[in-house]
This record gives sequence, structure tokens and C-alpha cells, in this order.
Amino acid sequence: MDEHLKRSIMIEHYQNPLNKGLDDTLGYKKVNMNSKTCIDNLDFALKIEDGIIKDIKFDGEACAISTSSASIMTELLKGKKIEEAEEIINNYENMIEERPYNKDLLEEANCYDEIYKQPNRKKCALLPYEGIKKILKGE
Amino acid sequence: MDYKKDFPMLNKGIIYFDNSATTLKPKSVIEEVSNYYSNYSANAHRGDYNISQIVDDKLNDVREKTRKFINAEKKEEIVFTSGATESLNVVIKGFLKNYLNSKDEILTTKAEHASLILPLFDVVGKTGSVIKYIPLNDDLTVSLENVKKMITNKTKVIVISHVTNVIGDIRPVKEICKYAHKLGILVIVDGAQSVPHERVDVRSLDVDFLTFSAHKMLGPTGVGVLYGKEKYLKKVKPLIEGGGMNASFDSLGDVEYKELPEKLEAGTQNLAGIFGFGKAIDYINEVGIENIHDKEIMLKRYMVEKMSKLKNITIYNKDIQNGIVTFNVEGVFAQDVAAYLNKHNICVRVGNHCAKILSEVLGVKNTCRASLYFYNTKEEIDKLIEKLDNDNILYESL
Repeated sequence: MDEHLKRSIMIEHYQNPLNKGLDDTLGYKKVNMNSKTCIDNLDFALKIEDGIIKDIKFDGEACAISTSSASIMTELLKGKKIEEAEEIINNYENMIEERPYNKDLLEEANCYDEIYKQPNRKKCALLPYEGIKKILKGE
Repeated sequence: MDYKKDFPMLNKGIIYFDNSATTLKPKSVIEEVSNYYSNYSANAHRGDYNISQIVDDKLNDVREKTRKFINAEKKEEIVFTSGATESLNVVIKGFLKNYLNSKDEILTTKAEHASLILPLFDVVGKTGSVIKYIPLNDDLTVSLENVKKMITNKTKVIVISHVTNVIGDIRPVKEICKYAHKLGILVIVDGAQSVPHERVDVRSLDVDFLTFSAHKMLGPTGVGVLYGKEKYLKKVKPLIEGGGMNASFDSLGDVEYKELPEKLEAGTQNLAGIFGFGKAIDYINEVGIENIHDKEIMLKRYMVEKMSKLKNITIYNKDIQNGIVTFNVEGVFAQDVAAYLNKHNICVRVGNHCAKILSEVLGVKNTCRASLYFYNTKEEIDKLIEKLDNDNILYESL
């Protein structure tokens, strides 16, 4: 993926985020992710049935990296079994933290593979995934 | 004047515009901190040997320098703390909590820093007193008229910052004190954003308490000052007890505290930091606090003038006379602006700047803040403007 394509994916998901808005999420499991060090503040809602993530939505105010990352994540995890979702989250975190990872699992989320070059932005890219992890752990 | 030779951080290839958060340190301060650990590293109040005597003398010197700097009457009115946050907590929880009764009213504003508001919330919860917010003018400033409007016969104290950390407006503290004192109302002022930038004379202003931090005025982190008029400072109950602050105690629990200021300085103080702070005061005195103020205003005018020419920028505090420029870039989230500027080694702060209630008034939650100090230059501002004059900030921030 060249740099222009990566940025274009991020901007597209930032300006036209998917699954944004928490309407009709009665009975969903929810978490608020309010970054300790910056101003990202996003809510996530997850619907799990029979061990499968049936739906994910998010809302809130955050930077372009956090918002686009949340949008891409909702598409990536929707319809996945919990174990599959955990595997994806794990690989995504490995990518951000510069550890070995399987890029085939991450689809569009591969656009963040150089975010480590901006250490102050890593937490923005990770925030949505940390939110879903919290819900899955039942925290 | 080129300050690069004095400030190591000015030679790191970055442009530092976050001076409201903390300032850079001159070599003289850094060396003084190191000097303590290298040459006379002993505790205070142990006059049994020479190096401890040096520590006591130095502590005394810096207290005197601080007294002189804010023109307090006595050096016993100067208490060293860990920072303005601790100072505010001490005066609010150690004094106001006992001073206020149920239904007494406290006046403050919605533009205050968390370190002032959160202790007040605590006191209100425990005393049954009430917080009333002084309305802000359209330009977010505070006027004496608005203070007067809010005063009732239940008003006991006004707690405000001298200069706010988001907008940077200077409150008419002298006029407020004059009016309030006639009615027997106390005035507690946070000077964290004023003492480093302009002449603050506690006797001329007639404030009852003043708090500020060393690190926002060239000094080390972990040092702050609580000034109080002796008659009120005497009534402050220590929040922390321990060595260095008691005169005697027995097994029955009878404790006698030392006199001021030691009474409020329990445990071993941040001695290295306090000594470094002394050098910071020296440096500021050498440059001249009036010169510092003038330079900041000149730099701000320059920045506002250049920024106003850019069509994509909104400035929220154009006409306020100080060194803070609060702005947003149209269509770009503040944090993305800061990330973009960071790529060009320009440090600005983004967010609500610890004044979370202000967004209710400002109508915008998050802003970018460039805060200047006297060592900043027009050339640095030119670089900022050059980078902001760009239609692709969002794209390039990623």
C-alpha cells in the first residue's frame, strides 16, 4: 500500500465513518474510551449472539486517526466469532507495536502499518481496539 | 537578545509554544539543581554540620528572594509546596473548609483550572457552602461589574485565577480585592499564569492568598509557592503532618506545630528544586519582568496579525493582552492540527487545557493553544504561520 493510498483510506473513513451513531443499541454491551493523554473520546457498542459479533457501532469526538481506525475496525470485526476477533485485535496491536503480525487478517487496517513513526499517534490508532477488548473481557 | 546560549532546549531543533504548560529552563537553574546534589547534599534543619548549614542558609535566601519577587511583607508568608496545585489544595482544603459554613457562597468562574475547581467541589460537598459562577463577558473576560452583581450577603470568598490558562485574560484583581475587602470577603488568587509573565505585587493587589508554580517560570518541576497574609496563613491547617513541621508531641497525642512557614512544610522539601527556583527568579529579574511582559505582547500581536491573514484559522482571544493564542483550523480536529505541527517540530497544546467547564461558554470543546514566553522569536512564529498556510493539513497530519 503506498502512502497516498493509506492516507486516502484514513481520510475516507474519517469523513464518512461507517457504523457511527449509537441509535438502536438497546441491549448492546457498551464502553466509553476517553483517552488519558489526548482528547479522543469515543463510545463503542457491541452486540454478541452465539459467540459471534453481530454488530458494532461507535460514536463520539476524536482525531482523524482514532475515528478512521474505529470505522475500519467495525467493518473488520462485524460477523466474526469472538476468537477470530481476538486474533484480529492481537495482530493489529502487533502491527502498531512493530511486532510480527499477519497482514492478511487486517485488510484496510493495514493502512496504519507505519503509524509507529508517529509515537504520539499510536494511542489514537489503538484506542478503538482497546475498547472492544474491554467489552470482550467483560470489564 | 539571543537566549540560545542560556537555554539548552532552544538548541534541539524544536519550536516550543507550550509555555503555559511549562517553560524551558536556563543553564543556571539546571546547574544549581546539580550543584546541590554534587556539593552540599544534606537535609535542612540539621544545623549540626557545615553542609546542612549551607542548605538552611540557601533555603532562607530563596524564601527571601521569593518574598521580594512578589513583594510580600514577611518571608514567613512564603510557603514552599510541590506546585500551584498543592498550594491551591492546601489553602482550599486546609483553610476554606474550616472557614466556610453551610449556605456560605463562594464566587468563581467557569474558566478556571481543574486544580482550583476540584478542591472547591470537595469543600462545597463537606461544608454545605455553594459555588456561584461570575458571568463572563462576551470576550470571556471578568469585569468588576459582574463580580459585584454576584455578591450577596452570603458571599464569603472569591477564588479565581489572576490570568486564565486558556484565554489568558488578566482579571482586575486589585479592583476586586478592594471591593470585596470592604464587604469582608476574602480573595484567593491563583497566579500560576500571571506571576511568570507580569509584575505581581501581593501588597499592591492586596490578595489574601496567592499560589504559583516554579516550573512555569523557568524553575524546576515539583516546586510551588503558597503566599498568604500572615493572619490568614496562620489559620491554615496542615494537610500533611510529619517531620520538620512539629515542635513537640507526646504519647497522649498532644501535638504542637512549629511556626510559619515550617508548619506547612512537612517532610523533606524539594531542596534541589527550591534552590533551582532561586536561580530562576534571578534570571527573570535580570531580564526584567516588565521586559518579559512587553516581549510576549509584541510576539502575540505579531502572531495574531499573521494568523489573521490566513483564511482557514479562527482565533478565540485576539484582543487579550498576553502571550496566549487560542485557535482552530477550519475543518481539522485540533488534535490533528497538533500532530501535523509536531511533524514540523512545532509544539502546541491541544484540548480543553484542564478548564473543562469553559467549553460550556466557549461553544467549542477543543482548541489549539500556542503560548509564548520571552525566549520565543518572530522567526519561530513565521515558521508556524508558514506551516498553517496549507490547505492539506488534515492529509499531511496522517
